[in-house]
Amino acid sequence: MRAGELITTDQQGRSGGEADIQQAYKVLEEVMDPEVPVVSVMDLGIVRDVSWVDGHLKVVVTPTYSGCPATEYIETSIRDALQEAGFAHPKVSQRLDPAWTTDWINEQGRNRLKAYGIAPPVGSSNKRSLLSGITQVECPHCGSKDTEQISEFGSTACKALYRCKSCLEPFDYFKCI
Amino acid sequence: MTQYDELTEFLLRLGDSALIQAQRLCEWTGRAPAIEEEMGMMNVGLDLVGQARNWYEYAAERINDGTDADVLAFRRDERAFRNLLLVEQPNGDFAVTMTKQFFYDAWQFHLLTILKDAKDERISAIATKSLKEVIYHLRRSSQWVERLGDGTDESHQRMEKAIDTVWRFTVELVEKNAAEVALAESGDIPSLAELPEQWLATVNEVFAKATLTVPDAPSTFYLSARTGMHTEHLGILLAEMQFLQRAYPDASW
Repeated sequence: MRAGELITTDQQGRSGGEADIQQAYKVLEEVMDPEVPVVSVMDLGIVRDVSWVDGHLKVVVTPTYSGCPATEYIETSIRDALQEAGFAHPKVSQRLDPAWTTDWINEQGRNRLKAYGIAPPVGSSNKRSLLSGITQVECPHCGSKDTEQISEFGSTACKALYRCKSCLEPFDYFKCI
Repeated sequence: MTQYDELTEFLLRLGDSALIQAQRLCEWTGRAPAIEEEMGMMNVGLDLVGQARNWYEYAAERINDGTDADVLAFRRDERAFRNLLLVEQPNGDFAVTMTKQFFYDAWQFHLLTILKDAKDERISAIATKSLKEVIYHLRRSSQWVERLGDGTDESHQRMEKAIDTVWRFTVELVEKNAAEVALAESGDIPSLAELPEQWLATVNEVFAKATLTVPDAPSTFYLSARTGMHTEHLGILLAEMQFLQRAYPDASW
């Protein structure tokens, strides 16, 4: 039996009013990305909508990458966290359009990534210059701009591998898409 | 209503091509020339598996006979697969792998750029999503083609040989197809009329930087994935990829 199944108060206790939606958002602030456990799903901007539908909370998320293996895990984490907070049978669904962009990562998320040693995405995703691939990335360790790309792909699909030529440390760069 | 029509076939062509290309990439696990390259190939493969799943889910809804993305991937026979002949070719050496990847990426890039403006919202959404990923794929494979083509004598020769090996299969990327013309006329997809020229322009541009020669236009091949007539390599690939679901149907974890 899952935590939320004991709770049947949604129909009586919760109206789905603004206060409940706000509480749900608070819960979501605490649901962390499994690959980068310092940023929340809210920081990443993958939560697209929170609403009340037919007496249940409904959360709409969008995947970061088509093949991101963390997508199902994140959906389960969101459901579990909401159930623990007292929402009975929250529903999580996926939406592809509009496609996720790193532009949706908020300021807090960017700072948290940097503090964790991952350089946040540089610039806007709408640039055609993406194809030429020339991006100046700042080292998250020492702040130097003298860095070079080691590989277009890092430990996960969303990151590239860089090296700082000043402090000589390698680091992950959260790619701009 | 079951709709195994030309649009469904088109979706399967996209999904099957992505899945088979991903499967070939995964064969490099543990054997890539450097760990960064191994991660790169696995990441591209992962994106492609995700894209395949998105196309399959849409195709499955249209077929509407209880099928789903897993059934389409793991329970269909060779003759039902619609993937490009190019992507089922063996990996060969790194030059062959990168040449295949580059031809496929350039095709995906231009095709998805066209499809993102499709009136069909589902096609448009999947294409828009996929394109963001494919830009990175194309960037990486173009860089490798340049580096190997304009590298040492050995790497240049290997690239020329790789191009010789797979060029004939690119005919499927540039030939006009009556079914797709009809789909465009009925408004199901945008017109793909300019795709061959766009693809060839990218190949010309990258090959020029790579000091590689673009061969003459490939002639029509006697096999065609559109009718399920594949080269002998696909069956062997499927035997491995589908083994678990064939031996233990509905196995899950």
